[in-house]
Amino acid sequence: MKVALFVPCFIDAFFPEVGIATLELLERLGCEVIYPLDQTCCGQPLGNSGCEAEAAGAEALFVRNFAGFEYIVSPSGSCTHHVRNHLTAIEQTETVKQVRGSVYELVEFLHDVLQVDAFPWAEFPHKIGLHNGCGTLRALRTATTSEIDEPFFSKPMRLLSKIKGIEFVTPSRPDECCGFGGTFSLFEEPVSAKMGYDKVTDHKNAGAEYIVSADSSCLMHQKGCAERLGLDLRFIHVAQILNGARE
Amino acid sequence: MREKRIDHAEAASEFIASTEHVEFHDRRLWDLRKKRDRESESIPEWETLRALASAIKEHTLTHLADYLEEFERNAVRNGAKVHWAVDAQAHNDIVFDILRTRDARTLVKAKSMLTEECEMRPFLEKRGIQVIETDLAERIQQLDDEPPSHIVVPSVHKLRQDVAQVFGRTIGTDPNNSDPHYLAESQRRNTRPYFLEADAGMTGANFAVAETGSIVVCTNEGNADLSVNVPPLYIASVGIEKLVPRLEHLAVYIRMLSRSALGSPITQYTSHFRAPRPGTEMHIVLVDNGRSERLGMAEFWTSLKCIRCGACMNTCPVYRRSGGLSYGATYSGPIGVIIDPTFNLRKYSNLPFASTLNGSCTNVCPVKINIHDQIYKWRQVIAERGQLPFVKKQALQAAGKVLASPKLYRAAVEGVHVAAEHLPRFMVYSRFNAWGRSRDVPAAPPQTFRQWYLNNRGSQ
Repeated sequence: MKVALFVPCFIDAFFPEVGIATLELLERLGCEVIYPLDQTCCGQPLGNSGCEAEAAGAEALFVRNFAGFEYIVSPSGSCTHHVRNHLTAIEQTETVKQVRGSVYELVEFLHDVLQVDAFPWAEFPHKIGLHNGCGTLRALRTATTSEIDEPFFSKPMRLLSKIKGIEFVTPSRPDECCGFGGTFSLFEEPVSAKMGYDKVTDHKNAGAEYIVSADSSCLMHQKGCAERLGLDLRFIHVAQILNGARE
Repeated sequence: MREKRIDHAEAASEFIASTEHVEFHDRRLWDLRKKRDRESESIPEWETLRALASAIKEHTLTHLADYLEEFERNAVRNGAKVHWAVDAQAHNDIVFDILRTRDARTLVKAKSMLTEECEMRPFLEKRGIQVIETDLAERIQQLDDEPPSHIVVPSVHKLRQDVAQVFGRTIGTDPNNSDPHYLAESQRRNTRPYFLEADAGMTGANFAVAETGSIVVCTNEGNADLSVNVPPLYIASVGIEKLVPRLEHLAVYIRMLSRSALGSPITQYTSHFRAPRPGTEMHIVLVDNGRSERLGMAEFWTSLKCIRCGACMNTCPVYRRSGGLSYGATYSGPIGVIIDPTFNLRKYSNLPFASTLNGSCTNVCPVKINIHDQIYKWRQVIAERGQLPFVKKQALQAAGKVLASPKLYRAAVEGVHVAAEHLPRFMVYSRFNAWGRSRDVPAAPPQTFRQWYLNNRGSQ
C-alpha cells in the first residue's frame, strides 16, 4: 500500500523522532511510504488565529504536495483535523476535496484502514496516562468523550493495549483539555500554563510514568509544564511506542 | 469614544494569581459538570432530547414573528400588558415609565441576565428607583457592586470568606463568620422586608409559551414567586428568543435545564406566570436588543437557541481557570464568547481567542449549539474586519508567506537548530517569550525530520 507521509512543521522542527517512528512503523507494516520533500505546514496556526485568508498559500502548497495519494498519514490529530475540516481558504476543486478526504491521523489509519492487531516488536513495561488531543478526540472522534453517554471505545487505547507490558492509569479528568490550543498557548499564556500544570499533576497523581499522546503539540506543552513544576514525568508519542521504543 | 478592548488574558492572570480562588472555582464548577454527567447518564434518551430541544428551538426561531404575535395575543387575552423593546434603552425606558406612572419607588427582582444585559439597575437607580436583587448570589454581587460572573451561579468566583466580608461591610453581619447557613439566613432576613414594602416586582423568563401567553421561571430559592405575588405590579423582561410554541415543548426543556445547569433533576420551583392577580397589573416587555440582527447571521443565528443553563461554562477549562469577570461582558464562558461580539465587535474582539477550541462546550450543550465551531468562525470575522492587534496580524501574515514557501520554511526551521533556545519566530512574536514564562522550552534536536529523511532515505 502506497502512503504519503505528512510530517507537520513543529514535528519536523522539534520532534523528528516522531516522524522517524511513524515512517519506520508504516514501513514495518508493509507500506510504501513517500515523503513529499516540499511540504511545510497545513495552515492550521493561521486558520485557528482567524487568518484563514493568510493560510491560502500554505493550503495550496499542501494540496500540490499531496494530490493523488489514496492515503495521507500524519502523526498529528490536530493537523489532520485542519486538513479534513478546515482547509477552506482555497477554492474547493476536485483535487482539494480528494486530498482532504484522504488524510488520516496515524492511529485512525492503523486502526481503521490497516486494522493492525499486533505489534510483536514492541514492549513498553510502564504505567502510562493516555492524553487524547481535543481535535483528535472530539473532531476526529478517535475515542468516546466523557460528555456523551455511549458505549466506550478508544482507538489509541485499543492499539496501545496490544503492547506487551503496558499499563494504563486513569487520571481524574481523562479528557480535559491540557491548554495548548496552538497560539492560545502564547496569547493566553497564564490560563494555558495553569491548565497544563493541572493536567500533568492529574496524570502524576494517577501514577503515570509517561504521558502518551497522538499529538506532539500537547506533549510539548505538557512537558514544558512538568519540567517547570519539577515533576518526574516522561512524554512519548504513540508512534514511538508502537514502533518499539524502549526507554 | 471607542471602548477599550477587553484583555481577557490579563484579567485571567489576575484571577489565577489567587491560588485559593482559582482552585476553588475550578473544583466547584467541575463538580457541577460531573453532577450534570450523572444526571444526563440517568436518562437513556438524553441525546434524543438534545436533538429534540435543538429542533424545537430552530423551528421556533425560524418562525419567530408568528410565535411572538401568538404569544402577545394570548398574553393580552390573559390580562397582561405587552410591550415591545427594540433595544436596551427602550427596555429601560419602558420599565421606568411603568414604574413612574404608578409612582412605584421600590422594585424587588429575581435574577435576570437580560436586565444585566440592559444595565437596567443603574439606569433605574439614577432615576430614584430602589432596586433590590433578592436571590442570594445576585444580592451578593449587587452589594459588592460587581456584575454576575456566571449566568446560573453569579458569585461562584467568591469564597465564603469573601461573602462574609461583603455582608459585614453592607448588611452588618460578622465579617469573620463565614458559615454558609449564617450568611444565607442573614441575607434572607435582610431581604424579606423588601418584599412586603415593594411597589413592584420583576423577573426575567426562562421560557415564554406562545400557546398560553405565560412566562415560565425556574428557580431554587422561590424569590421570583415572592417578587411576582406580593407587590401590586409585576414586570417580566423577556428576550424574544425565549419563546417555545406549546406547553408540551416546554416539557423537553424542563427535563434538561437543571440537569445541565446544576446536575439536579429539576429546579425547586417551576413557576408559570400567566395573568395578573385580581386588582394588580402584569406587564411583559419583549426585548430584541440585537437578537433579530443575530437571527440574520448565517453562521451565528443558532446561538439564539441557548437556554442559559451554563453547562458550557462549567465544562470550559478556560472559564474555570479565568473566572467570569475576566470576560468583561454580561455573558462569559463559551456562550459569551459567541454572543458578546454581536453587541460590540471591537470591545469583545479578544474573547473568541479565549478558547482552545477543545469542543467540550458543544458536547454538553443541551440544545446542540456548535459553540466551538462558532468560536472558530468568529475568529475569522474578527480578522476580516481588521480587529486583530496589528502586531499579531503582521506576524500571521509573515507566517503565511513563510509556510507557503518550501524554501523560506526550511530556512526558518533549520535556523532553529542554529539558535536552539527559541521556538520558530512565528510562534513567539506576541508577548516576549510568552512560551518560556511558565513552561520550559523544548530542546532543539540536531536535525529536522526532513534532514534525517534525506540522510537516511534520500537515495529512494
